[in-house]
Amino acid sequence: MTEILEKDNQKEKELENEPESEPESQLSSVRSQVRKLSENSWEIPVGHIPDMKVPGRLFVSEKLLEGIEPETLDQIANVATLPGIQKYSMAMPDAHLGYGFAIGGVAAFDREEGIISPGGVGFDINCGVRLIKTKLQKEDVLPHIKLLTEELFKNIPSGVGSKSRIRASDSELDDAFLHGARWAVEAGYGVEADLKHCEGNGFLEGGLLSEVSAKARKRGKPQFGTLGSGNHFLEVQCVDELYEPEVASAFGLEEGQITVMIHCGSRGAGHQICTDHLRTLGQAVKKYGIPIPDKQLACAPAQSKEAQAYFGAMLCAANYAWANRQVITHWTREVFEKVFKMDADELGMDLLYDVAHNVAKLEEHRIDGKKKEVYVHRKGATRAFPPGHPEVPRAFRAVGQPVLIPGSMGTSSYILCGTATAMDVSFGSACHGAGRVMSRAHAKKEFRGEGIKERLEAKGITVRATHPSVIAEEAPEVYKPSSEVVNVVHELGIARKVARVIPLGVTKG
Amino acid sequence: MPSKNEQYEYLEHTADAKFRAYGKSLEETFENAALAMFNVMIDTEKVSGEKATKVRVSSPDLENLLVDWLSELLFLFEVEATIFWKFKVLEIKKEEGKYFLSGQAFGEAFNPEIHPFETEIKAVTYNQLLLEKTENGWLAQLVVDI
Repeated sequence: MTEILEKDNQKEKELENEPESEPESQLSSVRSQVRKLSENSWEIPVGHIPDMKVPGRLFVSEKLLEGIEPETLDQIANVATLPGIQKYSMAMPDAHLGYGFAIGGVAAFDREEGIISPGGVGFDINCGVRLIKTKLQKEDVLPHIKLLTEELFKNIPSGVGSKSRIRASDSELDDAFLHGARWAVEAGYGVEADLKHCEGNGFLEGGLLSEVSAKARKRGKPQFGTLGSGNHFLEVQCVDELYEPEVASAFGLEEGQITVMIHCGSRGAGHQICTDHLRTLGQAVKKYGIPIPDKQLACAPAQSKEAQAYFGAMLCAANYAWANRQVITHWTREVFEKVFKMDADELGMDLLYDVAHNVAKLEEHRIDGKKKEVYVHRKGATRAFPPGHPEVPRAFRAVGQPVLIPGSMGTSSYILCGTATAMDVSFGSACHGAGRVMSRAHAKKEFRGEGIKERLEAKGITVRATHPSVIAEEAPEVYKPSSEVVNVVHELGIARKVARVIPLGVTKG
Repeated sequence: MPSKNEQYEYLEHTADAKFRAYGKSLEETFENAALAMFNVMIDTEKVSGEKATKVRVSSPDLENLLVDWLSELLFLFEVEATIFWKFKVLEIKKEEGKYFLSGQAFGEAFNPEIHPFETEIKAVTYNQLLLEKTENGWLAQLVVDI
């Protein structure tokens, strides 16, 4: 390993000797391949690669365009070749290189003529974010932040190989796959009101247990209520700025208030379900004669048995993820109860909302003036439904769905609200985070976990992780600034900024 | 023992991990791909156990066989909580239009205290997947989701 790292270092030094020739040529190459439509909107024209059925559309500012890799454009274009795609293949301002779809990719496919592809969802099915409110203020929490972070780290299993505190039976596992957060609440992990404040009320109907392999079950069973590793986190935060006080008030947010953000997904169960179905869909593309430019875009006609098998299994993984975040919520409340010696009700620990950012869903959208059912794939994108939409919880129906955008470790996260514009422009979708700009390997060469930790502590942010390398590879510098990404979304009007929250205590796997 | 650079090398990728593995035979290339994959997660030189786990996979073609072999190792790592450092592909054969692999992975019980983890791999992707015959043997290229 060392030898290889040294070799890489040498390569980088060689590159440094040709000052910035590469980024410049990369930018001019990206720029020559896109057409500016408006301030934050760029078209990748049909013909960028052969067989595109619709254009690509990239939502970035001039500044963020500089960081877009040419291969990311190709990935957006690849999706535009798939059968039944509607309007255009999109990428949100946090777009970066993925596999299959670019990360930040959104595409909708006709219910009958279109396809369903695991490449448009990813391995971490229903990776998502939830935000828990509290009645605590910053000054109540700051004196206890080290203890609080430590207790959260101890009580919510995280990191590779961590095991759940729950010994789930097979029938409980079935129930979680079918009923998601509803199962968790019925099993005592949370309250009924939590469900009303989750996308899809915390679970999606239509999960097919028969399409979930024994392997996926085996991986999922011991991992309930585990955070995982990588970019997943649990964070104690403080609301530090309000942009739309009226909407913030409808969301129950005020300046100085403490919130908790949980970012995680469906763990091994989801990874295995995606792996299993990619295998069968890789064969299905041959059977149905669908030409695909990237094997990761394996897919099948939406109503074929292969596509529906994947969709039913994917729903099980999505439900597992909602159950997972619900269980973690319960333990988070227990930790707060212990540290602040008050019960969760007194602490006002209500769920604001829970959003999925890796999922495919059958939704109704207005396309060319007609209502149409489409499979919307969001891979690193958040649903952002407008005021008045029946899927927005009653409490927020006047102002729109809360859209939660996590920042990278040590940077601000944002709470936005959904808009009618998003329904016209982006199939009711907005960005999902900051978007990586530096590889993990590069980050580890550049930064030391201990150094980052000290730097964050100097800014008043406590970080607790299983290993310093996790901190290094998630250093704030490896992401685009989340403010930049959120501003593009806001300026485009596909979601509006409501509040900014800053981290005080972070736990990572 | 060939040098590591002859066994595998890492390529730059913004969000995921990408590597190429080499070998004189298909079997050796598959072994080196497994070694490269586990070294994304952990420094395998810190692992030495000899606990052997049998691995059998079958797939419709060789590229799929490579992905299935690596996916199976990830599955075994997670459910058996065993970290592997040495791989032996005993045989790759074609029968009735399908490819079969039988092999073994060697390692020891995963213990985060003594096996400091680098990066968890979520899954093996088909993105930019290559398996090609070269002048000196075979080349495999993979992107894994981390």
